[in-house]
Amino acid sequence: MQQPNKLTPFFENLNFERDDNTMVINFGPQHPSAHGQLRLVLELDGEQVVKAYPDIGYLHRGIEKMAENMTYNEFLPTTDRLDYIASTSNNYAYALAVEKLLGIEAPRRAQVIRTMLLELNRVISHLFFIATHALDVGAMSVFLYAFREREYAMDLMEEYCGARLTHSSVRIGGVPLDLPKDWIINMISFCDKVDHELEHTYNALLQENRIWKMRLEDVGVISAEDALSWGCTGPMLRGSGVNWDIRKEEPYELYGELDFDIPVSNRCDSYGRYRLYMEEMKQSTRILRQLVPMYKESDPQLMAHAPQYISAPKEEIMTQNYALMQHFVLVTQGMRPPKGEVYVPTESPKGELGFYIKSEGEPYAYRLKCRAPSFFHTGLLQEILVGTYIADVVTIIGSTNIVFGEVDR
Amino acid sequence: MRKYTPKDNVQKKSYYTDRYWVAPRVPQTEVEAGSHFADVVKALGRKAKESYVSVGQLVIHIKSTDNFDVMKTLKEECGYTQCSEQSAVDYLAQDGEFELFWQLLNITEAKRVRVVTRIKEKEAIESIEPLFRSANFAEREMFDMFGIKVNNHPFLKRILMPDDWEGHPLLKTYPLHGDEFASWYEVDKIFGKEYRDVIGPENRDPARIDRYDTKRFSRVGYEVPFGADISEGEKEQPIEYSETILVDYNKNSSKQLDERR
Repeated sequence: MQQPNKLTPFFENLNFERDDNTMVINFGPQHPSAHGQLRLVLELDGEQVVKAYPDIGYLHRGIEKMAENMTYNEFLPTTDRLDYIASTSNNYAYALAVEKLLGIEAPRRAQVIRTMLLELNRVISHLFFIATHALDVGAMSVFLYAFREREYAMDLMEEYCGARLTHSSVRIGGVPLDLPKDWIINMISFCDKVDHELEHTYNALLQENRIWKMRLEDVGVISAEDALSWGCTGPMLRGSGVNWDIRKEEPYELYGELDFDIPVSNRCDSYGRYRLYMEEMKQSTRILRQLVPMYKESDPQLMAHAPQYISAPKEEIMTQNYALMQHFVLVTQGMRPPKGEVYVPTESPKGELGFYIKSEGEPYAYRLKCRAPSFFHTGLLQEILVGTYIADVVTIIGSTNIVFGEVDR
Repeated sequence: MRKYTPKDNVQKKSYYTDRYWVAPRVPQTEVEAGSHFADVVKALGRKAKESYVSVGQLVIHIKSTDNFDVMKTLKEECGYTQCSEQSAVDYLAQDGEFELFWQLLNITEAKRVRVVTRIKEKEAIESIEPLFRSANFAEREMFDMFGIKVNNHPFLKRILMPDDWEGHPLLKTYPLHGDEFASWYEVDKIFGKEYRDVIGPENRDPARIDRYDTKRFSRVGYEVPFGADISEGEKEQPIEYSETILVDYNKNSSKQLDERR
């Protein structure tokens, strides 16, 4: 028994042994398989979990509060810190919500670039998932191969926006930059690389791997009703046999024009979800290839024309007095969107990432609520962990693909 | 005269507002007859106090006591099987009320509905956890951030903030840099309140600037001319160098420049 004193305090008032022969163990918040700052309190009967209590908040930074005290453009880089595995999807979801509030639309080329970045981020995020999930389960080499490809994707992101992790590569009303020279050629060779590696490395290492199947099959079973009721979205929902992808059902950006499939698994278990992630990467490269001709056909305009809300292009600011004045007001005071509220959902790699913005016509959002998919997937843990074995807990956490940047916000 | 700062809303405010400027509104259209949304409004009957379509989503205003019945109707009769999100907006300063919203999703029709209601400051709301389990975490977060009590919630406890936290961070009255309790939280918890004086605010604050700290750019923003006396009567402390560097930085091997080269 620990002897608490003032310097070594005993915060947790937990009894680790009980009369009824169950044991309470504390998993995290510094556990390498907890994917960040997840603390799980598990009550065990032998090796079986009787009760699970996910405790979150160890990465709480008050991002929603920060949003209320920053102008709309100031807040955009903060959204990088939500799901830091795929920052552009957060930047984009926020920018789209503000654009819906303003009632503007990004020009065609910006849409093409955004869709490219979104799909590239989906590949980055899914590769990260495969890598860490396999590492949690015990397949070390997959981690090394998947991170190699992820590096190439991050090189592409770096070439575009200069950052590898916190991209801020989308602006409200468009994108800041056009694609650099040869970026598309590199992107296509990256797609070839990923397609090849998917088939010959990850699939070969995992798909029919006996240990992998034993660890994943029928582990973490979620029924379709449970998945809907607990607010699961993305691969967690499609892994339970519900065909729901916001890109297809409520198309935003260019997804309405693109030809891609939504994989659905009826297995409801971790293995089915793993297969979904692999298939979704293939669909992402398929989308990326389709976007290349669209990019070549588009006009070079990158930012929407809405002088009240968005600064004019640099040449106009430098040459025209009125554009300079508007730019000055927008930078010093921030844009003032219309009064009202919007909720805009997007399909991030993890699931439904939505931003609810309530505006009172001020340069600061009156309320911003970030609907993060991982938050609800963490809530689900208290349901699906019950009855499983302690060895499967790590598999299930890995399979939910939670990122604590967006759970705690 | 001291600048007036309202106590009921301490959030950042725009420093300039054109007094003749009237903010436009996000367009709201009436529910089209014969559409799916019209059926939803019809199914709710008189419980829907006000309904309109905004940015492609149906918005329904209801009475706060009806929320469970409304959600039940929406789930069982209209096919809204997922509650994507729920939270609150603080209007205590203006109206003494919270605005609560629930964001529901119908997967077969690909439609979304936002149910909106208002409650007074000390009022509680009925939990919808029996209908949508996602409300388990969402309602806890709402309780944590705003202090809104939820009746019949299975486990209403703080979720993001520590259990013994004081105050609710997303209220407009909550100071931006935290209140006194927040700033002393770790000290109080580890050492006890009586140690506040021993430790002092300068050691509590990780953003404290140490004038003699030359390693961490401590004088950024406080630059002085070269050679100016910054000691203010304090004794100078020797500069410590990291021992991990293999070069021998003792007094004999190094020389401090007294003028610029």
